[in-house]
Amino acid sequence: MKYTPVIGLEVHIELYTKSKMFCSCSADYFGKEPNTHTCPVCLGLPGALPVPNKKAIEWCMAIGLALNCEISEFSKFDRKNYFYPDLPKGYQISQYDQPFCKKGQVTLSSGKKIRITRAHMEEDTAKLTHAKVDGKNVSLIDFNRSGIPLVEIVTEPDFENAKDVVEYLKLLQQTARYLGVSKADMEKGDMRLEPNISLKKEGSSGLPNYKVEVKNINSFRFVEKAINFELERQEKILEEGETPKQETRGWNESKQATISQRSKEEAHDYRYFPEPDIPPVRTGRDEIAEIKSTLPELPQERLKRFQTLYSLSSYDAEILAREKETADFFDQAAKDAKLHNVSPKQIANFIINKKPDIEKTLPAELIQSVISQKTSATISQSDLEELVKEILSENPDIVADYKKGKTNSIQVLIGKVMQKTKGQANASEVKTELENLLK
Amino acid sequence: MLNNLTIAQAKKLLDQKKLSSSELTKFYLDRIKKLEPKISAFVTITDKEALKQAEKADKLISQGAKKLLLGIPISIKDNFNTKGVQTTASSKVLEGYIPPYDATVVNLLKEEGAVIVGKTNMDAWAHGSSTETSDFGSTKNPWNIKRLPGGSSGGSTASVAADEVVISIGSETAGSIRQPAAWCGVVGLKPTYGRVSRYGVIAMGSSLDSPGPITKTVEESAFVLNILAGQDKFDATTSPKNVEDYTKNLNQKISDLKIGISKRYFDQCEKDVKDSVMQAIKVLEKLGAKIIEIDLFDPQYAIAVYTIIQRAEVSSNLARYDGIRYGNGRDKFGEEAKRRIMLGTYALSAGYYDQYYNKAQKVRTLIINDFKKAFSQVDVIIGPTSPSTALPLGASKGHPMFGEMADVLVEPSSIAGLPGINVPCGLSSENLPIGMQIIGPQFSESLILNVANQFEKNTDFHKASPNI
Repeated sequence: MKYTPVIGLEVHIELYTKSKMFCSCSADYFGKEPNTHTCPVCLGLPGALPVPNKKAIEWCMAIGLALNCEISEFSKFDRKNYFYPDLPKGYQISQYDQPFCKKGQVTLSSGKKIRITRAHMEEDTAKLTHAKVDGKNVSLIDFNRSGIPLVEIVTEPDFENAKDVVEYLKLLQQTARYLGVSKADMEKGDMRLEPNISLKKEGSSGLPNYKVEVKNINSFRFVEKAINFELERQEKILEEGETPKQETRGWNESKQATISQRSKEEAHDYRYFPEPDIPPVRTGRDEIAEIKSTLPELPQERLKRFQTLYSLSSYDAEILAREKETADFFDQAAKDAKLHNVSPKQIANFIINKKPDIEKTLPAELIQSVISQKTSATISQSDLEELVKEILSENPDIVADYKKGKTNSIQVLIGKVMQKTKGQANASEVKTELENLLK
Repeated sequence: MLNNLTIAQAKKLLDQKKLSSSELTKFYLDRIKKLEPKISAFVTITDKEALKQAEKADKLISQGAKKLLLGIPISIKDNFNTKGVQTTASSKVLEGYIPPYDATVVNLLKEEGAVIVGKTNMDAWAHGSSTETSDFGSTKNPWNIKRLPGGSSGGSTASVAADEVVISIGSETAGSIRQPAAWCGVVGLKPTYGRVSRYGVIAMGSSLDSPGPITKTVEESAFVLNILAGQDKFDATTSPKNVEDYTKNLNQKISDLKIGISKRYFDQCEKDVKDSVMQAIKVLEKLGAKIIEIDLFDPQYAIAVYTIIQRAEVSSNLARYDGIRYGNGRDKFGEEAKRRIMLGTYALSAGYYDQYYNKAQKVRTLIINDFKKAFSQVDVIIGPTSPSTALPLGASKGHPMFGEMADVLVEPSSIAGLPGINVPCGLSSENLPIGMQIIGPQFSESLILNVANQFEKNTDFHKASPNI
């Protein structure tokens, strides 16, 4: 029997706003002293009330727009009720039936379309650390993360293999960074992935009657491994004529396997209801248009433009468009290069091969480097050194002048070297070499 | 000379240097000491802090500072967070809890120089209308200590009625200011939902909770509302609407006023209550107001809606007291809180949400529209605040719906988020206070205060005080 994988994704992205989702505490919490970024609101103290962060809502909508979602003109927050020590209010403020963004779509490089069900806004929980203090096993709670704005992006179960999942995730990460709404750093937990995986008989329609959700995945590599592991595991069960259990599993890197965490019977009833502390959010069409107008050129558009406008290979274009900073830098340099008769392809090659530090280099400087590289030469370093020594021994007078302080005389020496190499050496390199030997 | 001082009278004494705030505060603290064994209006008496605040006030007064409540002793219901002062909402779950911040309302009062003498008793978590579900024992009605003060702000209304303070601050979800004000014979104002900030008030029914003043006179009520009302950046549900000067229109003539009365609101009342309120309406009629009979929904519907919505919100609001923080376990929850958590959790459960919570929200909209319809015909609606006068101690025991029955006449307007004020309008044959309530459309505080003040000016009921 052949099976087709049915995979959907839930991705959480932490927004990099100045303040938290519902209070004015700084959201820049990573690596900070525990419980220093807290107030009555994010500690969930009696009587404290949430006031939504407008910027975070705009950024959530920007993500939605980048994923071609419809933006709701009427939306609201809801309470998701459950107990966990990292949740100080006993409920998480989230969105249930009226998210900010819904019905989006992205197209993968293969042309395959992935439907986005929704993108909604919620708050992050505190962070639990299990440690030993004074010989006792304890759980420590750090509320610095409590209330950090979180956008959850849910897809339809449209993926059929792990490769596409990874492509989508990379695109999502890239998009968040292009928008400047998140660092989307997997290692720091800015981006968290939860695939749900099942198998259906090839050719059958509809969805399987079970699904397995996998949590605790913090790298793109692990998500690929976890999905492939699950597909294999589930196929074996199906081959035996049974149905895999509907459950939540976790990826265990050391065991290279997914491990059962929670079964369907233990699933929560979150008792969602509208958050009475926050009035519904109404966003006018003009406001939505305003947010849309601030969106930068998105990764896929830019990739396409790099290929068509600059005639780059898809390989080169992909590398250059990967990070927004590099892409912006390349764009600027490629534009300026025209004036210097340098081609975008030469700029691209230089960036890709020489990997200049673009934070410390101006596009114009880069163009100069490309030009001097062009005029520089084919002569090897050791040949150059030989040649310079030769010239020096042939011109003891000029050397003496130089050593007396007539440093200008070095120009004569450079000229002589250049003459001898027939212009195959780079003048500045020659100068450096001469200075070294004249010391 | 110091008996039943109003804010204005107390301020005059302070301004004319006939008395210092320290002396005034000591006077009230002495009275509290003397009366508390009988009344038990307070959970916490903050005598030391109060004297310090009074001293500070005296200094400011001597420097000529002008603040609205400078040096005036007040009490605050124990569900308002007070920085550095135990705040329990009368529940053992929070016994010993010292909040690190002040509620917005407390902040505003402190900024105006008020001297807080203590935190008043209430039904635990504000779940009730008797104050006898407090985990720290029942408050007694100053008019008759064998009677209940009403609730949940019973400690606040009793402290004002017994003249243990000049004024008090309470909060109402549905009746918790007006009903105990009626039973204790004081003025209690429940503002429009969103007019006064809830930030720092331990949440009960979040979509209903409204803090408000409890005073001896209507004028003081307007005066204190001026301090409390307004948008708060810490409470997203507060209204951006401009705050009026609520004392400005207290003396408008009411000759063009159209008063609506609904027979249904009188049907289930004790005879004394019914007679007194009808009598009071006649006073207003004499002042020129027109009485128009209107047809409002049976208040019983509001009870059903209120019970579902409020329990649902309570079940979620109390989840944070999970036994991990605040030092006390969930076993410290009293019967009533447990009952509400169970009922609310059930009403929100998968499969029941549409049947209960969602349906209740729909009926809530119908009730809002019912009032809108009524206010297209009349300016204010007047009725009894409570169907009965103060009931005997113990009356709430074993009656899970005691509060809803005692509050049957205030729940509909609370559900609709409307402002309402209780004014004393008589004494029963048992010498217990009777109150009438004046309800107006949203943000009509000026109007209902005006009507209440016209009634008060033409009657003497507010002058009656308990003999204690």
